Amino acid sequence: MSLVARHLEENGIPTVIIGAARDIVEHCGVPRFVFTDFPLGSPCGEPFDTDMQHRIVGTALDLLETAEAPRATVTMPLVWTKGEAWKDTVFTVDQPFLSSEQVKNWEARKQRYRDQKA
Amino acid sequence: MTHVRYMDRIRDYYIAQGYEKPYRWANFDEVPFTPLKKPLSESKITLFSTSDVSVQRPEGEELPAEETTVGDVYSVEWDTPLDRLYSRQESFDRYATTLDDLNSYLPLTRLQEFVEDGRIGALTDRFHNVNRGYSQKLMLQTTAPAALEICQRDEVDVAILTPV
Repeated sequence: MSLVARHLEENGIPTVIIGAARDIVEHCGVPRFVFTDFPLGSPCGEPFDTDMQHRIVGTALDLLETAEAPRATVTMPLVWTKGEAWKDTVFTVDQPFLSSEQVKNWEARKQRYRDQKA
Repeated sequence: MTHVRYMDRIRDYYIAQGYEKPYRWANFDEVPFTPLKKPLSESKITLFSTSDVSVQRPEGEELPAEETTVGDVYSVEWDTPLDRLYSRQESFDRYATTLDDLNSYLPLTRLQEFVEDGRIGALTDRFHNVNRGYSQKLMLQTTAPAALEICQRDEVDVAILTPV
């Protein structure tokens, strides 16, 4: 997604990313980034918390107006309601990120892509 | 608590799974920047995500190829009732959260509210999905130009992107 943002921006379209994987987005380098320190899957706020979602999207709109240079990052001052234990367990061997069926789907998608290229 | 270092975490995770070659994440020294051309209240905004959201179809009906082909970008009518949309994305923290509320990763309703408030001028008729792939070459040569073409066709002023 960062690569898409960069391409749009290079071609005259301002962008803002709302995301949860700060290191990956900043390693790539993007113009504007609202960082929500939440589990992967909920960058725009906790499910069914409309006020929080409104605040996060509103912050992205603010950043579009206020950023004056690239690599502009705003960190949402929010903490995941159920605590931060997820940070210790995400992508660990004890807690497989994808189920075995999801891994099969992932491998199948990769194979389809290889077949397309061939 | 500090944020998760996903690049390190994912590298170690896949090495432990037997994958030998670590993924090389995209990295650039230079970052482009385009200032807003007009106030948001006069701007047309679009939305891209990697949520793999589709419209529910009758059982047995296959998804269009564009919705499943890695690297493609497809579009969905913005005013589709939310209860007819669902996410096929499997790559998220299924232990910590759910994809049951689209607005927590695809803020369709929240953005409509900002239009109603006058904070932004308008939204495009359709929102868009980027079928994420691991090939940066594919993303740079195919996916990103396709996203740009959509923006130019729809005379978009600003794009919001929400990676899931």
